[in-house]
Amino acid sequence: MSLAPSTIDLASRLDRQAPAVEVRDLRKTFRRRDRNAGRFARKRPWPALDDVTFTIDRGECVAILGQNGSGKSTLVRLLSTLLIDDGGEARVFGHDVDKDAKAIRRLVNRVSVEASFFKKMSAAENLSYAARFYGMTPRQTRTAVPEILGEVGFPAERRGEAMENLSRGMQQKVALARALLTSPVLLLLDEPTTGLDPRSKLEVQEFIRKVRLQHDATILLCTHDMTEAETLADRIGLLDRGRLLFLEPVSDVKRRFGVETLEEAFFAATGREFENEAQDDDDEYREVFA
Amino acid sequence: MSAYAIEMRNQLVGLFGIVERNVYLTKRYFLWDIAFMFWTIANTLTIVFIARAADLPQAKENTLALALLVGATIWAFLGIIFEFMTETVAWERWEGTIEYTFMAPLSRLVHLFGQGAFAVLYGLIRAGILFFAVAAFLGLHAPNANYGAAFALLALASISFIGVGIMTSVLPLISPEKGAQLGFVAQGLMLVVSGVYYPVSVMPEWMQWVAKISPATYALRGCRASIVQGAGLEWANVWPLLIIAVLATPIGLAIFKVGERYAKKHGKLKRSG
Repeated sequence: MSLAPSTIDLASRLDRQAPAVEVRDLRKTFRRRDRNAGRFARKRPWPALDDVTFTIDRGECVAILGQNGSGKSTLVRLLSTLLIDDGGEARVFGHDVDKDAKAIRRLVNRVSVEASFFKKMSAAENLSYAARFYGMTPRQTRTAVPEILGEVGFPAERRGEAMENLSRGMQQKVALARALLTSPVLLLLDEPTTGLDPRSKLEVQEFIRKVRLQHDATILLCTHDMTEAETLADRIGLLDRGRLLFLEPVSDVKRRFGVETLEEAFFAATGREFENEAQDDDDEYREVFA
Repeated sequence: MSAYAIEMRNQLVGLFGIVERNVYLTKRYFLWDIAFMFWTIANTLTIVFIARAADLPQAKENTLALALLVGATIWAFLGIIFEFMTETVAWERWEGTIEYTFMAPLSRLVHLFGQGAFAVLYGLIRAGILFFAVAAFLGLHAPNANYGAAFALLALASISFIGVGIMTSVLPLISPEKGAQLGFVAQGLMLVVSGVYYPVSVMPEWMQWVAKISPATYALRGCRASIVQGAGLEWANVWPLLIIAVLATPIGLAIFKVGERYAKKHGKLKRSG
């Protein structure tokens, strides 16, 4: 697969000693209106990330589990340089996410729950557009785009079709292709299979596995799908209301809480049922933390 | 190749990417463009017909109609630049690509300038079609017109317009719901004080002072003189535009960076829905 020239240049300048991700006492607080206090009530501070600390080694795949509104997307957006923290620090390959955002942007790419494309443009056009930002010329994308779309199993005859005509599963495959086209050394996957039908979900998961095997990428997978986390990740963390309760191999999690499943571990760690939480969530909450 | 050269090359490829994307979208929305063109022509005709209603001798009517047409054409041109610049953020937020664009290693200057560059090209084509279509429809004559000078002045003014557009493009970043509308308010205010259909001298004195810092004042005055009277590129219009061009882009970029930081601090840099 073609590597974006800008990424090659920076990848060779990486601090070899630094972990892929290093987060220490990271805090992010938003202000939100209390849903019970009425429309004109004052907004109150609401911690999305509360003193979160963890490290991800190079080449590792780490899954962060959590309900909607637990702070997973906030974490991904902070590491993507789309948010500025309120305290603590986050480093990607030794670069501070706030002070050295420019260097990080060359190294990171992401796939979010929404595929997010120009809907009237085709898959090939959207990928070419995204690749230009990473220094890939039309000559390079002419071969790289069909190649990467082929790798994700996207039908060649639909490359020129507008994104709005593609299914969610197809769009998510193109999103994966977009993220990989720039050969990121850190791949942030924010609920990449949410809302997909079972078959598309399995295909995307299979592709993530393939990426791990074939590319030297570190993966941070944020999900609320416990099975997905268990099958794809080396270590699993639980983010609950902005606090990281643990981050360790799944066998250690089960041993620590003396349980058989991650659902039981969630209950043991939080005192609440995992399933019930999702129903408590509301749009306003999601809007703040998404 | 040195790191600096690689970076420059990558930024140029990125700039091309912005222009290329807009070409793709213009192709996909081509029928909308045709409809919008008809609307703009009809709208301009309603203004230029005022010259017919003024009951003037033929030559004076032609002069007045040309003066109004130049105003309407520059209004349309400026409108396109402001629309593209103001919608830079709003558009990407609506499509959902905003996070991917803002986390890409593309300098903000290149990003916004790429958007502006396409807007100028697209705006010039539309302005040209508008001018000649209305002139042909009404049978207007511009025997002395110096189109070269008018074009050169408009190109120079475009740099200032992009700079001012960068300032307004930050508004949807700070206020996702009302930002774009505020951008159009800024566009309207700029044209009101710049003498779009009338000499600046007819406005109250304080507005005349505001007109001095508007690049549209010099673009309108110069283009009108070139097309109606055949004037060349006049230094009196060129030097203010040069100064505004030199100042507007860095000021606009500085404002945008403050706005971007605010949006990142408050979690506003994200897609709609």
